[in-house]
Amino acid sequence: MSADRLFRALGPARNTVQIEFEGASLSVPAGVSLAAALLGSGVTHTRESAVNGRLGAPFCMMGVCFECLVEVDGQANCQACLLPVRAGMRVQRQRGARDVLGADEEVADE
Amino acid sequence: MLGVERATVEFMQKTDVMIVGGGLVGLSIAYGLALQGRQVSVLDEGDDALRAARGNFGLLWVQGKGYGMSPYAQWTREAVALWPRFAASLQADTGIDLHLRQPGGFQLCLSDEEMAEESRRLLWLRDALHGDYPFELLDGEQLRARLPGVGPTVVGGCYSPMDGHVNPLKLLRSLYAACRARGVRIINGHRVSAIGQHASGFELEAGDQRWYAARLVLAAGLGNRELGAQLGIEVPVSPNRGQILVTERLKPFLHYPTTYVRQTDEGTVQLGDSHESSGLDDGTGSEVMAAIAARAVRCFPRLGQVRLVRAWGALRVMSADGYPIYEASPTCPGAVVVSCHSGVTLAAIHALRLAPWIDGEFDDPALAAFSLARFNGKNEVRHVG
Repeated sequence: MSADRLFRALGPARNTVQIEFEGASLSVPAGVSLAAALLGSGVTHTRESAVNGRLGAPFCMMGVCFECLVEVDGQANCQACLLPVRAGMRVQRQRGARDVLGADEEVADE
Repeated sequence: MLGVERATVEFMQKTDVMIVGGGLVGLSIAYGLALQGRQVSVLDEGDDALRAARGNFGLLWVQGKGYGMSPYAQWTREAVALWPRFAASLQADTGIDLHLRQPGGFQLCLSDEEMAEESRRLLWLRDALHGDYPFELLDGEQLRARLPGVGPTVVGGCYSPMDGHVNPLKLLRSLYAACRARGVRIINGHRVSAIGQHASGFELEAGDQRWYAARLVLAAGLGNRELGAQLGIEVPVSPNRGQILVTERLKPFLHYPTTYVRQTDEGTVQLGDSHESSGLDDGTGSEVMAAIAARAVRCFPRLGQVRLVRAWGALRVMSADGYPIYEASPTCPGAVVVSCHSGVTLAAIHALRLAPWIDGEFDDPALAAFSLARFNGKNEVRHVG
């Protein structure tokens, strides 16, 4: 993944943390946003649009464009640019819209 | 009043019909007049204007409207009946799918009083329309069977097959494109500062520009009050604010529009239907947003774990009695005033029936009830809540 990365860090990271993206372990600088960490690791797309399936990756880096949506520890539609990386974070691409029907069935069972 | 000599300025721009206001109302009429073969120009303000057309909820709503004024109920019914033809025409002209869906809609009732009031209004309307007004009253259990996911504290609801919804932003975009494709000149970024009437037409001034039109349609929303006054026409409209919240995109779970909650074609869910008297402030406030969110979660508990991504306020254009104003001015021949709420629902009938009437094609008896004459001698009632 890192062979053709679009971004590179200005210098070596003082500290790193391990996160997981699509099942692969990544070593990323501590204290950066998840979006920066993924871009710096050579991830080229982080979501598939809920409207038309188009591939997207972090763009505005300030919470506006919603191109960086990912699933984090089971929570869908997280904006990766607004989340700091955390050791052990498990991240998946956001594929399409979030499904709330399953969750509702659990409510009904209570 | 502008001087006649100024009418000879070399930059004078002429048109058959000038429409002031490029929102859903103005553009629907412009499109209808263009279909009639008229040469039409639309004068529109800039991005800082108050714009109901960019803040609305997207319902094509019939049930409950026109309580106390059956011609409005009838007009609204006829509007939604014209919608499939209107949408097909726009799609043929622009290729834009408006995502028109008319599966019927639900009004959810959160208290027995609300249910009783809605029932009373719908029964009145059915009588007023001689029985031709389909709806069903559902208790909580029936409602939850028809609309899965409705919360346990919702006491019941009303369903009417007359209701539907559409993507209102795609509608606005499509009207722009269709008007342009049919030769309508849309002139943005001008706020009309003066209107003068001459024997043969109207002269409008905005900044250092002016336009001349044989006929004039005022469709400027809340601006109609001020513009009408320049022609000696009193237009009793005032703002009523609604706030809307929008959620993250969800897989389809709600296949019918409801008055408080609507899932759009692209997955987001709109929560709304607040009513506030807030002057010309189209902002948002946490108290009203919290109330909208709480009500939506009562209606559909699964929304309690969903994230909101946007919120906005917009101002409804409410006439003194809440019903549309369609006025072909007797004192100012050639000028027509159109002011209304529900610019989405009425878009089809504005294009396909109001525009031919404005064009003088026929006298439409249905429109008599909507003239300004009904306000003569009446004090203006302010709508609050």
